[in-house]
Amino acid sequence: MTYEIPELEGEEKVTTTGETAGAWPLWEVFVRAKRGLNHIHVGSVHAADAEAAVQNARDTYTRRYEGVSVWVVPTAEIHASDDSDAMFEPFADKPYRHPTFYEIPDEVGQL
Amino acid sequence: MKRQSDEAGAAQFAATLAADEKIEPRDWIPEGYRQTLIRQMAQHAHSEVIGMQPEGNWITRAPTLQRKAILIAKVQDEAGHGLYLYSAAETLGTSRDELVDLLHKGKQKYSSIFNYPTLSWADMGAIGWLVDSAAIVNQIALQRTSYGPYARAMVRICKEESFHARQGYSIMMALSKGTDVQREMMQDAIDRWWWPSLMMFGPPDAESTNTAQSMEWKIKLYTNDELRQEFINQTVPQAHYLGATVPDPDLTFDEESGNWNIGAIDWDEFWAVVKGNGPLNRQRIAHKLKAWEENAWVREAASAYAAKRSRDRIEATA
Repeated sequence: MTYEIPELEGEEKVTTTGETAGAWPLWEVFVRAKRGLNHIHVGSVHAADAEAAVQNARDTYTRRYEGVSVWVVPTAEIHASDDSDAMFEPFADKPYRHPTFYEIPDEVGQL
Repeated sequence: MKRQSDEAGAAQFAATLAADEKIEPRDWIPEGYRQTLIRQMAQHAHSEVIGMQPEGNWITRAPTLQRKAILIAKVQDEAGHGLYLYSAAETLGTSRDELVDLLHKGKQKYSSIFNYPTLSWADMGAIGWLVDSAAIVNQIALQRTSYGPYARAMVRICKEESFHARQGYSIMMALSKGTDVQREMMQDAIDRWWWPSLMMFGPPDAESTNTAQSMEWKIKLYTNDELRQEFINQTVPQAHYLGATVPDPDLTFDEESGNWNIGAIDWDEFWAVVKGNGPLNRQRIAHKLKAWEENAWVREAASAYAAKRSRDRIEATA
């Protein structure tokens, strides 16, 4: 379905400001798909408190048994890296950190 | 976080798109890209939420307990889809409450298909099979859209939509094997939902003003007409399998292209519904507002309980 419903002549341009006054806080949701795996970020939910956030996360993200464990973290508490090239670029020129950098003769065996 | 200059940001944005990589929430993006996505994702979310109403209408009247359980699960999925999309939209610096408010005020729209009434049980079959299949064709394409959170929401949604389409077709198959009256009910539902389903893909390419910019930004990867044709080609044989017809006297099969060519779509009807004059535009929003207002006490109670528990914890540690 196309969700870009065509603009009508004279349609008011809407600007959003991110206004959240009065709204329940936002929580980031992490789900462990099964035992032995890490929790993985899946999205977010709104909830009044952590307990309700866990319940909402279960209803929103695990309706088909997609998880055996859920974490919720207040979105405001997530601290992120600077995603620019400068942050991670230094690791691109260090191929010697990888085992395939070293040529070892076959007769040496498992190494 | 160091802020990129607009110039460096724009260069990186262009390079990311050129490399067919995803744009992610903290990237520099043009304001137009942001506004286009917020508008489209909000409309998409609102469509999922309003889309609960036509089917919710039949939950209490489902013919068997199993069909009822299935319909409840499907309607719950639609709520979930709305939430995935609001969540993705919020990564662009808007808020769910703000978007819901714009819907309530009629400043943001939802897909016109949900302004049509569900008159018989067969409509549950027609919606699942036709409306959800049309949604799948569009959403599979959107899995490759350039904005990461939107693309990921689409992957999640497509996994679930397949159940929706199949349960709808299963309703139609049951009716097709039923009595004459049941077959008539099935055909009547197809007759009413066929053209609105084709209109879901939006105006023809020649009149689709925003397509070029959206394709340049890789928000949109296929045109309205391309996706509509894909849907027609997969759906016409499915109608025939049911022993049904689609209500189009001009329908022909083109051997060479393998396309089913349809007759003219009534775009006057499409524009009338977009402009608010469909069968149920006013009722859908009125019902949504009523549910929002009548359940305000639930939101207030949850907030009050959370505040009380927070106070209790502080006192306990004092």
